[in-house]
Amino acid sequence: MILARVVGTVVATRKDPRLEGKKLLILKPVSPEGKDEAGYVVAVDTVSAGFRERVIAVSGSSARMAEGCKDTPVDTAIVGIVDDVSMDNP
Amino acid sequence: MTFGRVIGRVWATAKAPGLVGLRMLLVQPLTPQLEPTGRRIICTDATGAGAGELVYWVRGREASFPFLPAETPTDTTIVGIVDSVHIAKPEDAPIAGAGHARPDPPNARPDPPHTRRARSRKC
Repeated sequence: MILARVVGTVVATRKDPRLEGKKLLILKPVSPEGKDEAGYVVAVDTVSAGFRERVIAVSGSSARMAEGCKDTPVDTAIVGIVDDVSMDNP
Repeated sequence: MTFGRVIGRVWATAKAPGLVGLRMLLVQPLTPQLEPTGRRIICTDATGAGAGELVYWVRGREASFPFLPAETPTDTTIVGIVDSVHIAKPEDAPIAGAGHARPDPPNARPDPPHTRRARSRKC
């Protein structure tokens, strides 16, 4: 699972019928310190995340185990909204 | 499975029902030489690993297997706490004085009887 920030939404009219009713968000991976990392991903939202929120994204076939994603063509899902990240002192 | 170092924790109140009650730890993936490599990730914890511990974690669908029969939406899980690691260094590979204990190379052995017969027929 990775830390990411919600940076946008995706609207798609023509899509797989099993994706209907699912919210698609654009995520930017971030470091635990909050700095942006490379790349973007489109993820299905299962926890009602909002714009600019820091979230936990799960990828691969495990994404289908998220709420309401069983047997859907999904490979990245948002499964948590981050309250806090604490780093241990080295 | 990959080595990792627990470097922190993540808290989330709003999360998938399958993740409720699970600890989520920040993990820095490591090389076999225990040097940091790649992005830091969030792992669910199946072992009770603590801060700063050297662990190994599994990626992919298998990451949810420790929590069966629950269907846990996780793709990275800590599945072991490392006690010790031994890696042979490249310069250690030929061990001095160990050569004489090895058996003779295969071509030095005499052929089994049936092969000898077959060869003599050919000649």
